[in-house]
Amino acid sequence: MATQHSRSAARIMMAPAVVLLLGWMLVPLIMTLMFSFKRYLPLRGGDLGWTGFDNYIRFVSSSAFWPAVSTTLIIVGAVLIITIVLGVLLALLLDQPMWGQGVVRILVIAPFFVMPTVSSLVWKNMFMDPTNGLFAHLWRFFGADPVAWLSEASVPSIIMIVSWQWLPFATLILLTAVQSLDSEQLEAAEMDGAPALSKFGYLILPHLSRAITIVVLIQTIFLLSIFAEIFVTTGGAFGSRTLTYLIFQRVLESQNVGLGSAGGVYAIILANIVAIFLMRIVGKNLDA
Amino acid sequence: MARGITNQRKAINTAAAWAVGLLIFFPILWTILTSFKTEAQAIADPPIFLGFNWTLENYATVLERSNYARFLWNSIFIAGGSTILGLIIAIPAAWSMAFVPSKRTKDILLWMLSTKMLPAVGVLYPIYLIFIKMGLLDSKIGLVVVLMLINLPIIIWMLYTYFKEIPGEILEAARMDGASLKEEILFVLTPMAIPGIASTLLLNFILAWNEAFWTLNLTAVNAAPLTAFIASYSSPEGLFFAKLSAASTMAIAPILILGWFSQKQLVRGLTFGAVK
Repeated sequence: MATQHSRSAARIMMAPAVVLLLGWMLVPLIMTLMFSFKRYLPLRGGDLGWTGFDNYIRFVSSSAFWPAVSTTLIIVGAVLIITIVLGVLLALLLDQPMWGQGVVRILVIAPFFVMPTVSSLVWKNMFMDPTNGLFAHLWRFFGADPVAWLSEASVPSIIMIVSWQWLPFATLILLTAVQSLDSEQLEAAEMDGAPALSKFGYLILPHLSRAITIVVLIQTIFLLSIFAEIFVTTGGAFGSRTLTYLIFQRVLESQNVGLGSAGGVYAIILANIVAIFLMRIVGKNLDA
Repeated sequence: MARGITNQRKAINTAAAWAVGLLIFFPILWTILTSFKTEAQAIADPPIFLGFNWTLENYATVLERSNYARFLWNSIFIAGGSTILGLIIAIPAAWSMAFVPSKRTKDILLWMLSTKMLPAVGVLYPIYLIFIKMGLLDSKIGLVVVLMLINLPIIIWMLYTYFKEIPGEILEAARMDGASLKEEILFVLTPMAIPGIASTLLLNFILAWNEAFWTLNLTAVNAAPLTAFIASYSSPEGLFFAKLSAASTMAIAPILILGWFSQKQLVRGLTFGAVK
């Protein structure tokens, strides 16, 4: 079928993409690995030689490490739970017959297209500001003391902002999966008089499990590296420092490249564990 | 009778869905509304929803005070440049993987996807260093290249899934009729692939426009796009709600409109074809 001629042409046409991505992956990765074994302070003497696993040990034993890990896990876990639970409910609602379905879809999907710096700032100032924010107005209206959201409850506030950004993504993918549900099966269940809850538990949820897995994996990869949402709201203060932000601070703010690179290697390993599962699912789909 | 019941159910669904939809959309709506208020009206307690004197003053101030046009141009240049460059590299690659598949095609596709999983912060300093050494820091070209590389796997994947749906027989027929490889791609494949290429272009333009790790860390003044422009409102200018809203509205409006056109492609592009 494919001639020898077209085979070699195909190879040539693939070459630029493969070479570029290979370079993009390997060059920085090797440099990060190299730096992570060095004492490297660009502003205080530069490259001060090899130190073995010193940076790896120091990164883990610093007092900022474990809080950053737990903040990261709390944010990722909470956002996943919120977006998936609400996403499933919202997908089921949007799948029902209604007037103006297209417009509602557009309203629901909109937050995903707002750039992270804008959504973070809008939430930070116009909603969460303790004096003039909309929440403060609302709290005062009910006679409560306004909350200084981003300093008193920084992690829940960030979870809320990030959930708002990612709920559309989860909803859209789950809605796509709901729409591919076999309606005959559902009708048969309805005829047999299956209650709504068991219809959900035995038919809909199993059908959605694949889409949910994919949402979990893709969101985890993105959520592990959220940056702008913290950069413009708290700047990592008030216990909102994630692993990504900690590494950013080590590398660019305190210019300790060796230490930051060791942290980077940890982050790469963490992301890879998630990625392996995602690739399995996507890979299986390629065979089908 | 039965029709009455379904209509009633439909009405309830409609009310519930619209309520939730408006709630989710509210922060964006509120930002747009606030951008037309005066600063005093913007922080009024109780908040004013529609009964205020609409003004364009904030837009004028934002345009006058900061060089908005330059940020906008940088965003267009970076997002557009990286997407087009990505397409130029990805179209031939996706073509060959879709129509001349080999045993390793699947592995190559998955490997490409895996480069996307590399956390940016893990390679921040090497890229930063390379940028300094090559004089690319705070340059648009540097960002075009980085964002192109970040989105290249998505571009290739999306194109691959679209190309896969084009029946190979048509291409073979063209070949039988004596079309050369170049003619085959230019005159047979491309016209059929235009819708797929257009949606890929759209989605990747949006992703590049909103990218906020590299654009914040690799720019200062000259190449800073809208993400950085808005980040500069973090404080204390952010407390001027009406101006912040005007700046925000200008930064998101173009992409919101494009985004609404590309919502279907979003699922396909971001799940790498795993959810259809």
